[in-house]
Amino acid sequence: MATIAAQPVQGISREQIEDFLYYEAALLDEWRLDEWLELLTEDASYYVPSTDMPDGDHRTTLFLIADDALRLRSRVRQLMGKSAHAETPRSRTRRMISNVRIRGVEGETIQVTANFVVYRMRYELVDTYVGRYEYTLVQRDGTLKIRERRAILDLEALRPHGKVSIIL
Amino acid sequence: MENGAPESWVIDNHKDGLFRVHRRTFTDPHVLALEKERVFAQCWLYAGHESEIPNPGDFRTRQVAGRPVILVRGTDGQVRVLLNTCTHRGAQVCREKSGTTKTFQCAYHAWTYNNQGELVGVPGEDAYSEAFDRRQLGLVTAPRTESYRGFVFVSFNPAMENLVSYLAGAREYLDLVCDQSENGMEIISGTQLYSMRANWKLLVENSIDGYHALPTHKRYFLEFLPDTGVEVQRMRIAGTAKSLGNGHAVIANPEIPFGRPVADWIPAWGEAKKAEIEAMYQKLIARFGAEHAYNIAKVSRNLLIFPNLIINDIMSVTVRTFFPLAPDYIEISAWALAPKEESPENRVLRLDNFLTFLGPGGFATPDDVEMLEACQRGYANVREVEWSDISRGMTRQAPLASDELQMQVFWRRWNELITGSRPARVREAA
Repeated sequence: MATIAAQPVQGISREQIEDFLYYEAALLDEWRLDEWLELLTEDASYYVPSTDMPDGDHRTTLFLIADDALRLRSRVRQLMGKSAHAETPRSRTRRMISNVRIRGVEGETIQVTANFVVYRMRYELVDTYVGRYEYTLVQRDGTLKIRERRAILDLEALRPHGKVSIIL
Repeated sequence: MENGAPESWVIDNHKDGLFRVHRRTFTDPHVLALEKERVFAQCWLYAGHESEIPNPGDFRTRQVAGRPVILVRGTDGQVRVLLNTCTHRGAQVCREKSGTTKTFQCAYHAWTYNNQGELVGVPGEDAYSEAFDRRQLGLVTAPRTESYRGFVFVSFNPAMENLVSYLAGAREYLDLVCDQSENGMEIISGTQLYSMRANWKLLVENSIDGYHALPTHKRYFLEFLPDTGVEVQRMRIAGTAKSLGNGHAVIANPEIPFGRPVADWIPAWGEAKKAEIEAMYQKLIARFGAEHAYNIAKVSRNLLIFPNLIINDIMSVTVRTFFPLAPDYIEISAWALAPKEESPENRVLRLDNFLTFLGPGGFATPDDVEMLEACQRGYANVREVEWSDISRGMTRQAPLASDELQMQVFWRRWNELITGSRPARVREAA
């Protein structure tokens, strides 16, 4: 895997990836989670490692979130209903995504990293989540889909946030 | 009492079956100051698990009751809890989160301690008088440190009764967790470090509260579990609550269909796992007899060890402790516990099962945080609405898990310590 991709990688530019990530961020900030699911492959997974083991493996290390496709879809359905008290009423969120880098391309698979700051506003408090994304994207028939999405927090603890009730 | 406090913090009316707690116990900084002295500086507090520092020299730094400590296994093999402050001028001698070392050297003036806490190096020691004795200037240990089956506790009261006596009836419930392994339990790597903008006692209540399960965790029981093939209509929660002495309490719920890695199979784990999990259960029966094996494997338990240790042995085992930084803010640390010999495949099932419900990104804990923070905000009305009600099931002969006996047990012990009517039991003077 190339560590630096100074040139556009075969058939896909950083700008295209950025457009895709910005679109995804807009769907999440606007709570259009059903549309967001359409950006994912059928088998997509979503991970948030524990803050003291940012490089851990979810099969051997306790994470904050390690959703397979079933749990991820259940999570979205819960969040879109009224039973997820932590997001009922819904919080406001705003995502800043930057430092987007294509880290490697192999066949249809594209590895992408990006930095994020996600603000969550509720009860007139602001919680700030800072970290980096690691994406595994697949390019099929000219469209991009997310196969794996890892939000690695730089926070040393979820303090004072107390929870990750939104999709980071 | 001082500061215009109510005549009592707790109304414990057996005759009429009413139990009330004054909401200033959740909001008043004066109460927190009393708690720090009369609860947290007395009782045995969970400091960590021996499996977190398996080899000589292994250490982890953390806070216990607000005090920075080093949980360390010395070269001599002994587990110690050292107070992380240089005896010279006070700097923390260890600023790493974890590691393996022979020595801790203070970065300020380079005083050096070995991993047993002894002061072994003082630069320019010849400048000190004869009265200066470095043998008396080792890192100070927690006044008392004792372990029970791998769980390391400290007390900041040098005269505190011994740990096993303090644990009272909670001991056999720790055994039910530990007996899941033939080689000992271990803390799995990865710590859920989170917080809550709420009083610590709300999390005590919530962690052992059967009554809240369905309304607060509707998304788990009525939305997620059915997705995994559980027939929730047929689910019955018929648990019981029990006082274990010294403020400890437990609720126990048999055969909840969320699966237990040791050893209660669910369809979501696939037919291939069924025989293996059943064999695990049969082995427990052979080791302990049918009744104890059933209690180990088929009964889920939420255990409170007073004041601030929760071991919930439910769809996975979590060890959770917390400490107040303010009346309305706590820091929480939670871990997953598992048999050391667990297969990689079953470890995955365990961690998956943990995350469906537990922890700050699970399908339950965020909603607990939400509700406890909502309680705390509600307490701004304390002048007009003074009391919370914890009377549920108070007159029932055999209290249910959905009653509030277990919280009454906590509050009675809390009240005894705060008012001094029955202080922490200490050893007889030697």
